[in-house]
Amino acid sequence: MSTGIANTAARLTRPLSRGGSRRAGTRIPLIVTAVLLVAMFTVGSLRYDGFFSTQVVLNLLIDNAFLLVVAVGATFVILTGGIDLSVGSMVALSTMITASLVEHQGWSLGAVIPLVLAIGASGGALMGWIIHTFEIQPFIVTLAGMFLARGLCYTISTESITIDDPTTVSIAQARLYGSGGLFVSVSVIIALVVLLIAFVVLHHTRFGRGVYALGGNETSARLMGLPVGSTKVAVYAISGLCSALGGVLMTFYMLSGYALHAMGMELDAIAATVIGGTLLTGGSGFVLGTALGVLVLGMIQTVINFQGTLSSWWTRIVIGGLLLVFIVLQRLMTGRRAETD
Amino acid sequence: MTTPSTPADPAGTAPAGAAAGAGADQGAGRGTGAGPDTGTRQPVLEATGIRKQFPGVLALDQVALRLYPGEVHALMGENGAGKSTLIKVLTGVHPADDGTLLVDGAPRSFADPLQAQQAGISTVYQEVNLCPNISVAENILIGREPRRFGLVHWSALKRRAAELLTELDLDLDVSTPLGSHSLAVQQLVAIVRAVDLSAKVLVLDEPTSSLDREEVAQLFTLVRRLRDRGVAILFVTHFLDQVFELCDRVTILRNGRLEGEYPIGELTPVTLVQRMIGGELATLDELSEKAQEEAAERVAGEPFLTARELGRAGSVEPYDLDVHAGEVIGLAGLLGSGRTEAARLLFGADTADSGRVTVEGRTVSLRTPRHAIARKIAFCSENRKAEGIFGELTIRENIILALQAARGWTRPLSRTKQDALTRRWIEALDIRPADPEAQLRNLSGGNQQKVLLARWLLTEPRLLILDEPTRGIDVGAKAEIQKLVARLAADGTAVLFISAELEEVLRLSHRVAVLRDHRMVATLVNDDGVTPDRILATIATGADS
Repeated sequence: MSTGIANTAARLTRPLSRGGSRRAGTRIPLIVTAVLLVAMFTVGSLRYDGFFSTQVVLNLLIDNAFLLVVAVGATFVILTGGIDLSVGSMVALSTMITASLVEHQGWSLGAVIPLVLAIGASGGALMGWIIHTFEIQPFIVTLAGMFLARGLCYTISTESITIDDPTTVSIAQARLYGSGGLFVSVSVIIALVVLLIAFVVLHHTRFGRGVYALGGNETSARLMGLPVGSTKVAVYAISGLCSALGGVLMTFYMLSGYALHAMGMELDAIAATVIGGTLLTGGSGFVLGTALGVLVLGMIQTVINFQGTLSSWWTRIVIGGLLLVFIVLQRLMTGRRAETD
Repeated sequence: MTTPSTPADPAGTAPAGAAAGAGADQGAGRGTGAGPDTGTRQPVLEATGIRKQFPGVLALDQVALRLYPGEVHALMGENGAGKSTLIKVLTGVHPADDGTLLVDGAPRSFADPLQAQQAGISTVYQEVNLCPNISVAENILIGREPRRFGLVHWSALKRRAAELLTELDLDLDVSTPLGSHSLAVQQLVAIVRAVDLSAKVLVLDEPTSSLDREEVAQLFTLVRRLRDRGVAILFVTHFLDQVFELCDRVTILRNGRLEGEYPIGELTPVTLVQRMIGGELATLDELSEKAQEEAAERVAGEPFLTARELGRAGSVEPYDLDVHAGEVIGLAGLLGSGRTEAARLLFGADTADSGRVTVEGRTVSLRTPRHAIARKIAFCSENRKAEGIFGELTIRENIILALQAARGWTRPLSRTKQDALTRRWIEALDIRPADPEAQLRNLSGGNQQKVLLARWLLTEPRLLILDEPTRGIDVGAKAEIQKLVARLAADGTAVLFISAELEEVLRLSHRVAVLRDHRMVATLVNDDGVTPDRILATIATGADS
């Protein structure tokens, strides 16, 4: 009998059971995404010859390394409850600057890459500063950044710039071989390193935890004495840096710079982040989930390629449907949150 | 020790030490010697000559405040007296325009809350200002996480948070997200954070307004424990009994100025209120008797509005209600019992899915608020911020909104007319500041409420629905609003009055409808036999005994 009372008392001080399930609730989309990825791979393997191989998975990474880097940057911004629409244009601008400096001006890659990264980071930081200082919605500021960066591409060249520079070509075509003849590109290694750094930063540094706090409640974060302003500027700078790096990787992948590269990639990056389980309202999500999201997008593309008869626009249609499902899933989760609060 | 250069009460300056001693005697059950010896010790925080100007509002003028280690100090005043602004100045949210701030005798000024925290002053606000999405442990220690090799040391973080909670006798799983806990627990976590940040001065801004009795007791235990450790606690509240229960000294603000500083023993609830409002307390007892006398005759005639089997699935079960002109009907019930939901159906804010409503004998359809407004029904929401005010608009614009909407946009009110109406209502309801062009977000809660009332009164409603019109506002404004309700009823307006305070409901209402679990369980005529206890019993049992 007395243990019964003790149990009751213990239960009272513990969070509500609903709350407990909610804690698991933040991981539900992540689990759904992982299951989806495995399911798509399984179905693909059963239906198409040559689908079931490790290299198919590695090719996913090779083909989407630049998107992964960009989406990681977008995750930082979305975790704070913001949005960055400029990333696609930033990628295009980076390909243009890299290609034109390497091809037309004869710069070495070692000088071009740091310059491009600096441009991306400072452009992002500028947008972050404007968003914070003038309290303007990120949507508008980054929309302006999107037009600006895309427009700047055309001031460099209206045509595609093909890269023949031998160093660049050799890096782009370099393959790192593992056992069994499996291989990845240099870009994959870079993307995975970026992912790892982002994971450590978000989950194991004060800055990263500040990002989550900011996304949870900005007013609270400010009143708790967290450096809200610098955190905001930093996440947009990170997003800019990641899109510039994504642009460099895309230059390797395409071996060209073109103003029409990465059209709509900001939306792919946002889609990957959301499908990876990050709430668009901020404060909840995992950067590793974003990697899963990118793989899901890549997997859809791969399945449609193997299918052979479907037009590549079906990729878009499937992504659209998937995104809708995930947004509704998010809504159901946050709806439940509002009730428990 | 500097003396505030203000019209402070003498008790607040030189002889404060002796007076505080008397205060400690008066406070029964308090630890001996807990009363601060204000005569000899240096205040941990001393503000003098504080001035703060907002656009159109002089929020603080020559305000002074002293806090001593180991005291609980109440900051009292009506809405708009400047309490919130003073706190924000002390904690670095707003910079003061003028005045000095001494912490441990050294002059300081804070540009942001972080600097104030570093100087030893932290604040727990009315709405819990923590992040619900991260864990309890992180909420306590964020910004000061223990680190190893530059990275957050998670196990040390959890251990430290658990230690801090245990020190204050709280038992929580620190790795659970804060949002999964009740508001009361979140508030306690906020206090633990604040105390760990800086053990000198703790500002509690209306910490008890959303807590139930037991939770308040838990909070007070914590506050007393902190006081005994030597923390100076500034306690802001509207609840007079809590002030007398917990506090050692009181500083009273009125209209942005310092009214005085008193040991609690020198005050009684009546004198405290008198000093807050600067006049006599409205004689509300008369109201009550009159209300009861008139109850019978009001109910006699044809009802203005009848609701039959009116309900909405999942919100409120079908109920019947007759509302007569000049009648005040109180809706009583616990929070979440369906009081608000029942009222929203009458205003068309929610659409009923069963039953019918007649107004003056004719069946009407109240599908949207527009339909209701056309029938001269008005509704002041309990959710003032989200469903009432337009903070960016001026007092004038907020006041004329409903009338203009009722007239239609093709017949605009002339500016002269607008100004005249606004001036009249500012005067009639004593809205402060009396500036028609002041932005509403710069007004205090009570004054915002008055503006909302003015907005609806301007439409000359036949039925006025007031949902918690006096919540979170001070005694002075409360009394004014209650008087206004009585006056409106006397002039023939029907009023549906929703309040969590049973005394208030009984004082004003001719009849009381009791709700329980989304069902209207009884309608009582408010005669001598109706007491708060009887209503509570009705709520508890679901039937009138």
